[in-house]
Amino acid sequence: MSDQVTVDEVADAMFELVSECYGKKNLKPMDVTKAMIQKFGEDKCSKQLCKEAIRKLMDSGRTIYSYVGGSYMTLPPPAAK
Amino acid sequence: MADQKRETPRLDQLESGPWPSFVKELKKSRKNPMTEDLLGQLERSYEDKVVHWKHGGLVGVKGYGGGVIGRYSDVAAEFPKCAEFHTMRINQPAGWFYTSTVLRKICDIWEKHGSGITNMHGSTGDVILLGTTTPELEPTFQELTAAGFDLGGSGSAMRTPSCCCGMSRCEWALYDTMALTHDLTMTFQDEMHRPAFPYKFKIKCSGCPNDCVASIARADMSIIGTWRDDIRIDQDAVRAYVAAGTFDMSADVVDRCPTRCMHWDGKKLGIDDSNCVKCMHCINAMPKALRPGTDRGAVILIGSKAPIMGGALLSSVIVPFLKIETPYDDIKEVTQAIWDLWAEHGKNRERVGEFIQRIGLGSFLEQIGLEPCPEMVMQPRTNPYIFYEDESENAEG
Repeated sequence: MSDQVTVDEVADAMFELVSECYGKKNLKPMDVTKAMIQKFGEDKCSKQLCKEAIRKLMDSGRTIYSYVGGSYMTLPPPAAK
Repeated sequence: MADQKRETPRLDQLESGPWPSFVKELKKSRKNPMTEDLLGQLERSYEDKVVHWKHGGLVGVKGYGGGVIGRYSDVAAEFPKCAEFHTMRINQPAGWFYTSTVLRKICDIWEKHGSGITNMHGSTGDVILLGTTTPELEPTFQELTAAGFDLGGSGSAMRTPSCCCGMSRCEWALYDTMALTHDLTMTFQDEMHRPAFPYKFKIKCSGCPNDCVASIARADMSIIGTWRDDIRIDQDAVRAYVAAGTFDMSADVVDRCPTRCMHWDGKKLGIDDSNCVKCMHCINAMPKALRPGTDRGAVILIGSKAPIMGGALLSSVIVPFLKIETPYDDIKEVTQAIWDLWAEHGKNRERVGEFIQRIGLGSFLEQIGLEPCPEMVMQPRTNPYIFYEDESENAEG
């Protein structure tokens, strides 16, 4: 069993993904979670870890939720940075 | 302009009937310029036969993905004071009990930071605070939390659980709806404030089959009080109802039983409880003579929704009977299993009822680890081709 990645590592990878997709594709939290599990592997990255990483990103304000028919993860508007 | 009264001839007609009028109530708040422009925009909508609100976007409070619904006017140049008119959903107390002091506090906060207009309560059950601007969201949230309130759910999240008044005021409550609702709300804070589902998920708790919060039609998960032993009958009280001549026992009670499990010989009422579906019609008709049994719990149903994306659905049974006892681990386990499956495999904006229809109830049950049972059958099958897996395997062997 490999060592788990840390919450901060997952949060950084999530932030990178959300930044890459900004303005191109709406990402739901589950899309981001699935991408992280694929990136790090199921043995290193769990759904619970992703949940904690999303919470960290939201509480810090690095990412925010948007609502466009459904709820998505995105970057805060430039004025709020 | 907001500093003058806007003419609202169409809205004025809505004050003319004998019933309560939201226009009349709005006009009481027109000292607030936001409300004056709101009345103007609403009049314009009646004139144009078009809603002039856009909703959604990026508004919210830090860390939360729910509780604030962004609203923007698409005729903001004409009605600048309600250019931004965001809604805040506030988690209501279970059973909607308040003191007047608390209500006054909420109203004071909202008059300070918003339009002062409230909706007590929205269809999800929350206190709805209507109309504020983006800069006022965070200060409003801070004051509300200091007063002991929190935002409710919105977006693709668990919506604020709601319930009937339950044991606090109702003799029919078969479990403590308020306690369960409060517990589920506190347990699933993350699921309510941080949307992670394909779409919304509503939980409503009704204390008895009368289902006063209409959970069977309005909640993705309905938790409805029921019992599994026999209806308690007081035969003397039954005869007293008949003697009083207030209703016809056969026409009003026995013949209205959906499973025809009752019989009345003119002296004694009989009930075949093994065929009773606990609809409560007879108990409602003769509350002094009939009472629910004493082995009480709840039935869990799943899948209802209003027709937003697809057609309306009613909930169907997924757990026929469950004892409702703290710490409610059974309910939480079922809920979590459903969420895990639906969150991973549900399509965007697909409610859990639609998800079950798409993958099939059998597959759904198998994946969340529940055994099928007859109560889950909504209607007899219409497909005559039945494949008996065990028999065919034996035949091949």
